[in-house]
Amino acid sequence: MAAPTVQIEHVSKRYGHVQALDDVSFQIEPGEVVAMLGPNGAGKTTSISIMLGTRKPTTGTARLFGLNPRDLKARSRIGVMLQDSGIPGMLRVSEIVSLFAAYYPAPLPAGEAIAMAGLQDKAASLVKDLSGGQRQRLYLALAVCGNPDVLFLDEPTVGMDVEGRRNFLIEIGKYAARGRTIVLTTHYLEEADELATRVIVIDKGRLIADSTPAQIKARVAGKHVVFTAAGEFGQADLEGLPLTASHIEDHRVRLLTNEPEAVVRELFRRGVDLHNLEVGGADLEEAFVSMTHHEAGS
Amino acid sequence: MATATRPATAPLGPMLFKQSRAEFIKMFRVPAFSATSIILPLIFFAFIGLGQAKDPLYPHATVTFGAYFLASMALYGVANVMVLGFGISIANERGQKQDLLMQATPLPAPVYFAAKAISALVIAALALLALSLFATFAGGVQLTASQWVTLLSRAMICSIPFIGLGFALGYISSPNSAPAIANLVYLPTAFASGLFFPLRFLPDFLHNVAPYLPLYRGAQLVWDAVGAPTEGGSIARDWTYMAAFTIGFFFLAFRAYRRDQGRKFN
Repeated sequence: MAAPTVQIEHVSKRYGHVQALDDVSFQIEPGEVVAMLGPNGAGKTTSISIMLGTRKPTTGTARLFGLNPRDLKARSRIGVMLQDSGIPGMLRVSEIVSLFAAYYPAPLPAGEAIAMAGLQDKAASLVKDLSGGQRQRLYLALAVCGNPDVLFLDEPTVGMDVEGRRNFLIEIGKYAARGRTIVLTTHYLEEADELATRVIVIDKGRLIADSTPAQIKARVAGKHVVFTAAGEFGQADLEGLPLTASHIEDHRVRLLTNEPEAVVRELFRRGVDLHNLEVGGADLEEAFVSMTHHEAGS
Repeated sequence: MATATRPATAPLGPMLFKQSRAEFIKMFRVPAFSATSIILPLIFFAFIGLGQAKDPLYPHATVTFGAYFLASMALYGVANVMVLGFGISIANERGQKQDLLMQATPLPAPVYFAAKAISALVIAALALLALSLFATFAGGVQLTASQWVTLLSRAMICSIPFIGLGFALGYISSPNSAPAIANLVYLPTAFASGLFFPLRFLPDFLHNVAPYLPLYRGAQLVWDAVGAPTEGGSIARDWTYMAAFTIGFFFLAFRAYRRDQGRKFN
């Protein structure tokens, strides 16, 4: 029985007074494509760093293929893209890719890794002359050149234009289709939805959801309906409505739903006296907040 | 499973070779580094040594001023590569967070550092070669075969403690302060060690400080190689000092490295 690819058990991480992760546990099995979703500062990068062994958990344990993540045998089976990591500007693209390939026991030919990242035209360019998007693609080439079983991608599409992001996701999708495990962090739901078979939602250092993209989307991608109710209004008045979250404070009612029209129609039918009605898209931050409440309430 | 048949990690030999080559290429492609490393000792030799290269070092001496100053600049050149070029490039790489990604690759840290040292040694050797050719053909400096071998090998060996000093500087200073700190440490000690002017022309207090400077001890070793008189007591004592400096600087470098890593990766 093979060990899980990633095993995080009761991991907490503090930086001084900041609790970056708070008792987080999960496992990732071979072949899974996992998106770690959360707002900025949620603890996604810290989670990746702990899985990679570049940071130590304050408490709890992290294993990679059942090994210490710092073990070279574990490191030899992973490829990584990190945020704001520098690479030598005075090497050519082809030089640095073949250099990184030499770190791994069974690498891809450098040309193949460069082609996967769509950088053939820039193979002879110095790294310092690349644009932001090209640099990001070079990081992908460096991540895949070792032909790793697992790819860790921390915010891989940051700084890319729409076109670049599309192509990038297609390439990562192809890599996933080869049966490789992929762990990526993002704060874009669409990215998670497009690639992942599983979404782990982290907010304020806590794991608040772990399920399929469809389920997360149902809870996150809804609309909010906000209004002031005249007269008595309580949870009982919301009975039977297709809501994913609700919040009532004084007379201000805030609902999260995928069917705003049906909700509003039903509220009118029930004779609720609505004022200041607003219907709008729920942003991710808002969805996270509602999700946290939801989890706490259930 | 396919992964079961392949080796678990990559072979270290080819990794070290490729890493060293890449380190060399990237340092050499920075003109500010390669040009100053190779041309600066040559310029000093041209300005100070060329005019009196064939004169005896002192009345009736067999050793010429050219041979003596070639030895001085040989030591200056190799240590210059280690302290200024090497130390500053490490500080810059840290500033650009290049170590972040390297930390997550299966490249072992000792291979990474060995490659840096090897590439710096190669550049130091190139600087020595250029200086020797210049001194021979432009300055008419003549040494016996055994003097050449002794001079060049001693200069290379004397560069080793400065690798440790360069590493330490690179990990202690920030990218912005590195050039200033490196120059502040290196240039005055080169003067105080008698590499440009004999110690007797320098202020008295330096006579007391000089014997405890690594460049002073190195200077005795390279001067001895070309047959010039030395003033450090004995050659054995000079070697002992150099060994102690090597241990001390590498220890300092290791401490600075650990402190930096602890800040970033804990």
